[in-house]
Formats: sequence, structure tokens, C-alpha cells
Amino acid sequence: MTLDHAEELVAAPSSPGAAGPTRRETWWRVLRRDRFAFAGLVVVLLYVVVALTAPLLLDRLGVDPYTYHLDALDENGAPAGWGGGISAEHWFGVEPLTGRDLFAIVVLGSRASLAVGLGATALAVLVGTTLGVLAGYAGGWVDVLVSRVVDVLLGFPALVFMIALGAIVPLQFPHAPRILLLVVVIGLFGWTSIARVVRAQTLTLRSLGFVRASRGLGASPGHVVLRHVLPNLAATVVVFATISVPGAIGSEAALSFLGVGVQPPTPSWGRSIGDAVTWFSSDPMYLVFPGVALFGITLAFNAFGDGLRDALDPRAVRR
Amino acid sequence: MNARHVLRFLSTRLATVVLVLAVVSFLTYAVFVLLPANPAAAACGKPCTPERLATAQAFMGLDKGPVQQWWDFVVGIFAGRTYGAGAATIHCPAPCLGYSFQLRQPVTDLIAARFPVTASIAVGAAILWLAIGVAAGTVAAVRRGTALDRGLMVAAVTGVSAPSYLVGLLGILLFGFTLNMVPVSGYVPFATSPVDWAWHLVLPWCVLALLSAAIYARLTRAQMIEALGSDYARTARAKGLPEHRVVTRHALRNVTIPIVTLFGLDLGVLLGGAVITERVFSMPGLGSLLLDAVGSTDLPLVVGITVFSAALIVVANLVVDLVYGLLDPRVRA
Repeated sequence: MTLDHAEELVAAPSSPGAAGPTRRETWWRVLRRDRFAFAGLVVVLLYVVVALTAPLLLDRLGVDPYTYHLDALDENGAPAGWGGGISAEHWFGVEPLTGRDLFAIVVLGSRASLAVGLGATALAVLVGTTLGVLAGYAGGWVDVLVSRVVDVLLGFPALVFMIALGAIVPLQFPHAPRILLLVVVIGLFGWTSIARVVRAQTLTLRSLGFVRASRGLGASPGHVVLRHVLPNLAATVVVFATISVPGAIGSEAALSFLGVGVQPPTPSWGRSIGDAVTWFSSDPMYLVFPGVALFGITLAFNAFGDGLRDALDPRAVRR
Repeated sequence: MNARHVLRFLSTRLATVVLVLAVVSFLTYAVFVLLPANPAAAACGKPCTPERLATAQAFMGLDKGPVQQWWDFVVGIFAGRTYGAGAATIHCPAPCLGYSFQLRQPVTDLIAARFPVTASIAVGAAILWLAIGVAAGTVAAVRRGTALDRGLMVAAVTGVSAPSYLVGLLGILLFGFTLNMVPVSGYVPFATSPVDWAWHLVLPWCVLALLSAAIYARLTRAQMIEALGSDYARTARAKGLPEHRVVTRHALRNVTIPIVTLFGLDLGVLLGGAVITERVFSMPGLGSLLLDAVGSTDLPLVVGITVFSAALIVVANLVVDLVYGLLDPRVRA
């Protein structure tokens, strides 16, 4: 799909100044009309605001995810009262065994999720775009080398390797921040598809008139790439990045669920869901709140990404 | 197409397979060997004198350089290998993927014991999701723009977004604990009782299949819409072919190619360990073996499983390429 509409995207007039504003207006209008996608965007922004202001928000509400409230538990260690201990004080109830406030855990959990999701995607886009442009524009042995590296990475059992790394690297670097480790590991496994798409588009761009003209006039490769190739790749890269974020968020949650991601006491939705496994027959709400939070951000990003792709794809407008 | 072309196609593909496996195994080995979680130190026991540590390292073959260790590993796969010397030797017959000194078993045996579980989960789910996904995607494409199409696609986005463990746990809660319809965990070998085998796998199959089916439905729909708008579909209609024949005979055949590509990759990855599903449903497959190995820092086992998973992915890709040649005559040229 992305490969197909690539050509139509780059076939648009490419003098950067002239085409910019009208084009932007068009895709914004299309996106604005797509209610599902627009709702996705609103939800994503909401999550980002919550993540950014989480400490202030929790401070104002007087809750935190670290304090034990053993008085909120019954004698078995399960939350006392209805719905996992939902009360005026604990909006989402409390965590079993510790009585920590689940609302605070879920709110602060957005930080780990978004930090890894956006960070890993940024790394993947940076590596993927750089190598893709390099392979497509330079050709020759550079292209062969990049393609082989992609082949090898695709042969890697990524999840298996990430689990192993997540468990073993901390033995070597006990003080390295886990979030950073996750960003690097997930990002370095995630760049291959972006690189392939960017490479294919760069190949097409390189043969187009305006790029050949620029080269014919004596422009350096750096100038051509920066002024002509990259601006025309922007739409594809942005769409690809948006579509990649939910995958990265899912990877963080999955690794934390399996116990090799974000470590306690830093809140993480995936880890809470993993902890909830032993409790969910007696305390399903402990599973539901982090689960809904994770599902919500993933769905919102997917809806927004789909809409953005449709908005930037000239053919999809006719739908 | 003649025999020479087939041979050349096969040999270039096989060369890539060998290259990828060599690099993957080397990198895996390098990462885990260069990290200081020394298996010899763990096996050495409490009063670990330097001499005993050296003996343990020599026994495990860890006293050599990383490249030599990797090479021993590769040779072991084809020729088997022997650890230690003199009276206390351990023989690991080919194909030897290493030896777990913690479990005192060859890694190959450990994998062989667990693999049927993972394969049962993966293959059953794969058949289910392929059928559901392609059917839903085709229906959505044919009924494009209708409420049915929109409903299916909203369901698909939802399915793509839902984490499998969350759906799995909710499934256990609903069908297992509340309705008491299906068992919630455990595995029964096919040979023991085929009915119990399937009965224990129904829930994992459905959970995995529903989520993957969403991806396949989206892909099928997009490809199908393109195929139905193509020139050959128009020609087929102009010949007076009824629409259902255009869909099944002409469009579906072209849609198959990208789907087979994705299917091969997904199945390969899943066969290497349905880690999350196995964890949720407490199934003793490769994924849970890996989690145990990681938990106890059993490095030879971790390396062995990683290499085995990589081999499955690469072989799945090779099979896809061959099927590709059967489906699309253009590739063979």
C-alpha cells in the first residue's frame, strides 16, 4: 500500500514553498472530516497531556503510586470493598497485596508507555530514514550492505531476543535506565520496514526530472538529499511513524507483562496486567483499568494513523 | 522455466539462508558470551576457587575466544560435541544446540520436548486466522462502503489494537471461570487424547486467531479493492463472468501473494515461541522454556532457543519464496 501511493505522493509539484500550505490545508481538512481518526488524535493528545502533567495532577489530588495502604485490603491481601476497592479516595481502587493507589499507577504508567512508544519510534525513523535514503540514493555496495542487514534483522526472532536482552543486559549495566534500554532495543528492531519503504521511494525520486535537473546543475548529493529528497519523503515518514507507535507501545507492554521490561516500582501498564494474572479471578478491576488504558492509547494511535494515511494518500480521498 | 533456473533460484535463496543464520547465531552468541553473566561461575558452587572456576570454564568450553566458541557451537550442530575430557565427559549428539548445565540436558532435547506444544498452538491458530481474515477482508472489499464493510473494519482496528494477553485473560475470565465452558490452562498431548488436546487449545487458538485475523482482514481488503479495480478484473467482467467468479478466480489469486508473504513470516515467528500466549494459558511450550531459561540465566539454553527460532523464521521465509514461485509465474523468469 505505502509503496504504491508513494509515486503519487512524489509526483506532486515539489517546489517546497509553493505547494506547502495548500497541501497541508487539504490533508488537515480530510483528517478533520474523518471522525474516527480525529477522535483518535484528540485521545492521543489527551494521553500526552496527562503523561506530561502526571506528577502535578497526582500531587493536586493527593495520591501517589508508591505509598502502601494496607488498611484498604482485606485479610487475604485483596482490595476490600466493591470493584477492587473503588472509593472517593482511590478512584480506580487499589493494588492487591500493597494497597497502592491504582489511579496513580495508571496515570503515571502513561509515561513509560509513551516514552518508550515515541522514543523507540523516533529512533527507528531516524535509523530507517537515514539508511533508506543512503541505500536508495547511493546504490551500489551501500545498497547491498543495507539490504543484507535488513535481511538479517528480519531473520532475528525479535521478541525472543528482546526478552533475552531485557533479562541479561541489566546484569552488565545494573544502573542503566530500563526505559532507555527498551527504547534502544525496540527501536533497533523496528527500523527495517521504514528503511525499505524509504529506499524504494528514494529510488523513484532519484529518477524524477527535478532531482536529475538539480544534479545536472552541479548540486552536491547532500544538497539534493536535503532539499529535494527528504521533503518529498516527509509525508510517508510521518504516516509510517504514526502507524509504528502502537507497535512500540505494545512491545513495551508485552515485555513488561513478561517481567523483563519496566521494573518496579516504576508504574507500567503491561507490568500491572502481568501482576493481575494471579488476581484476576478475585479482583478483575486490577486487570481492567491498566488494560483499558493500554487498549485506549493503541486504538487511538491506530485510528489516527489510518486517517492520516488516508488523508495523505490522494487515492483514498475518493473513498 | 527449466531445471537450471530452478537450481539457480534455489542456490541463491539457500545462500541467503546460510548467511542470515550464521550472522544471527554469531550475534546471539557474541551478545550473550560477551556479557559477564558467567555460566561457569554459577555452576562452580559456593567456595569457588580460581582453579575450580578455570576447570568449569574449560569444561564448558568458555575458556576460548568468542569466535572459537561460536565455531564450536556451529560444528556441534552438524557433528555433535563433547564437553569436558577424561572420565567426566558429557556427550551432546548432533544436532547439538548446546548443553544446559543447569538442567543437565542437551538443549536440543529440551526444545524437542517443548516444540509440539508451541506448534499445536501456532498451526491451529494460523489456520483459523487465515480463514477468518481472508474471508472478512474479501467480504468487506466486495461490499465496500456499506455498513458491513465499515463494521468489519472498525472491528479490525479494534482487534489490531487489543493486546493478546488482555484478550486472553478476559477470555479465560468469561469462558473459563464464569461460564465454565473450556479449561483455562494446561496442555494435553495429541497422542494422549486428541479431543482433550483440542479442547485445551480452543481458547488460545481463538484469542490468537482473532487478533491476527484483524491484520489479515485489513490487508486482504486493501489488496482486494485494488485487484477488483484492475484491468484484468474489468476484462473478466466484460467477458460476462459473474462477479463471484471474478472475485474467486481472478482477484483472490493475486491477493494471495502478499498474504502468503505475511503468513510465512508470522507463522515462523510464532513457531519460535508463542511466548505471551503460553504464559497466559500456562502452556509448557518453547516460549515458557525461554522465560524459564532467562529467569535462571541459563545462557546456553537462551542461545539455543534463539538460534532455533531464527532458523524457523528463515526456513518459513524460504518456503514462502518457493510458494511465491508457484503462485506467480513472473518470479520464475
